[in-house]
Amino acid sequence: MQRLFVPLLLVLAVLLPLLAQASGMEYYIGVLTRILIFAMVAASLNFILGYGGMVSFGHAVFFGLGAYVTAIASFHGVTSAWLIWLLAALVTALVGLVIGLIALRTRAVYFIMITMALAQLFYYFFVGFRYYGGDDGLQVTARPLLGLGLDMSGDNAFYWVVLAWLMASLVLLQRLLSSRFGLALNAIRQNERRAQAIGYPALRYKLAAFVIAAVIAGLAGSLIGMSNLFASPKLLHWSQSGILLVMVALGGVGYFYGGLLGAAAFLLLEEVLSTHFEYWQIYVGLILLLVIMVAPRGVSSLATIGKTLRQGEQHGA
Amino acid sequence: MGNLIFEQVLNSLQFGVMLFLIASGLTLIFGVMNFVNLAHGSFFMIGAYVAAVAAGASGSFWLGLLVALPATAALGFLLEWLVFRRLYKKDHMVHVLATFAFILIFNDGVRMIWGPQPLPLNMPAAFAGPVNLFGLPYSSYRLLVMAVGMVVAVALYLLINRTRIGMWVRAGANNLEMVTAMGINIGLLFRLVFSFGLLLAALAGIMLGPLVAVQAGMGDDVLILAFVVVVIGGIGSVPGAAIGALIVGVVDTLGRSLLPQLFALFLSADAAASVGPALGSMMIYLVMIAVLFWRPSGLFPART
Repeated sequence: MQRLFVPLLLVLAVLLPLLAQASGMEYYIGVLTRILIFAMVAASLNFILGYGGMVSFGHAVFFGLGAYVTAIASFHGVTSAWLIWLLAALVTALVGLVIGLIALRTRAVYFIMITMALAQLFYYFFVGFRYYGGDDGLQVTARPLLGLGLDMSGDNAFYWVVLAWLMASLVLLQRLLSSRFGLALNAIRQNERRAQAIGYPALRYKLAAFVIAAVIAGLAGSLIGMSNLFASPKLLHWSQSGILLVMVALGGVGYFYGGLLGAAAFLLLEEVLSTHFEYWQIYVGLILLLVIMVAPRGVSSLATIGKTLRQGEQHGA
Repeated sequence: MGNLIFEQVLNSLQFGVMLFLIASGLTLIFGVMNFVNLAHGSFFMIGAYVAAVAAGASGSFWLGLLVALPATAALGFLLEWLVFRRLYKKDHMVHVLATFAFILIFNDGVRMIWGPQPLPLNMPAAFAGPVNLFGLPYSSYRLLVMAVGMVVAVALYLLINRTRIGMWVRAGANNLEMVTAMGINIGLLFRLVFSFGLLLAALAGIMLGPLVAVQAGMGDDVLILAFVVVVIGGIGSVPGAAIGALIVGVVDTLGRSLLPQLFALFLSADAAASVGPALGSMMIYLVMIAVLFWRPSGLFPART
């Protein structure tokens, strides 16, 4: 049963837009697309945070940059989605490399504050850069083309493209984590000095992980640009980085599906609360506070606690 | 041009002094309790809101100030006892998340209570007009802000370096176990330092209230500036916060006001209008990167 769980979930994910259509809830296809895109960013953040121990408070910068690559490319008449994805990957890899090189010189609180400040640098760049819309943001003139005889202009088709990207990212992250690289990264998080003594070049491993996470977030950003047909500097703002951290924390830091779960939980919570309350963020804050107090490692850890409790009962009996 | 530069230099000093009030509290709380308080900017906002309401009801800015300062400090005292003291031993990620939750709660909380519109907070009537400074007119209120900031900075220096409480705080920042062993009530000391740091942030919010809009989220961008100050100065170091605040105040104000005009000298008006403001607001981050390249733990690292 457990081995069937993931494939079943995948089949359900593929069929979801059709189910939504059949039941007249087309509106939710857009919500689901957003969840998948944010799941991709949250998974990439969880990769460096939960496995690499890097508390990055500037992860939204890559997300926003990806969206701006889509908008700027479209502004200059680029229509190929593949070219945009390639550009988004290149730009975010480069920026990730530079930010990583600066931020990884420091550790702990300094790392948190510096990633946050460096991300603000890019936020203010786009706010001030009036040629590309300044603080009004930049429209994407039309959804880019996929070619190969495929069409992603429809909501369903776009959802499937996003799902494919999410799957590809998750597979990549899973393979990385179970490889020598992932094991080394884990060792570095647990005890950097010891890992270094064994001979792992800790800085290079952390930097590589940081850049990989940046590229995945950038690709997700390009997708949010294609989804909203709009790039806003707000996507890069530090509060957006905070929300990404909240997603990972809600879902479970260092649990493979933590990012996915957290993104879904946060966006559904937002969806429900914002339809009922004008000032819904206050409730998000209260729920977050409760989760931190009760289960600091996120919802995923509760499942483990449940399992441990049940095991305890069996032993007791 | 001379007038403008003179005015901008004074403005940047005044901004730097206010940044010091915010950043010194932030760095003190981190230095003593090892606690990352993202909600620090929220208390800057709450101070301004309470002052605006009290000043609006009484018609006096000073009464607003007198009500808002203890009210904000009391709120901090209460929250430290209810929530924050349970988090000190957990890692920084938990601090970040919990205090981020408070940002969400406070920002929407003030919107819920006072509505989405900014609240008016008028400067005291005696300081509403300009004064003549070396033959040039300058806002007397901004001079007052600068004076208040500097008086508090000196008082803070004396408090930390010349009093018994200051000695405990310095000792606590260096070696917590030792202070506990000496029989100091560390819980109470923490609560006092915490509320005092928030009081400084609230004071900055109240003084800046008449110059900026008193609205939800007004502390969010100030918080980042305070972080930059703390990072440049060295986390946990109050003198570092003073130097960092002056650097950030000067670079930010002058960068934003003078760079666009500087670029206009050798770029087309169109390009200067685009590049100038963008680069102007990025300047402090570039300075921060430069400082960190030179000294990764800031100018005056407090902990080794």
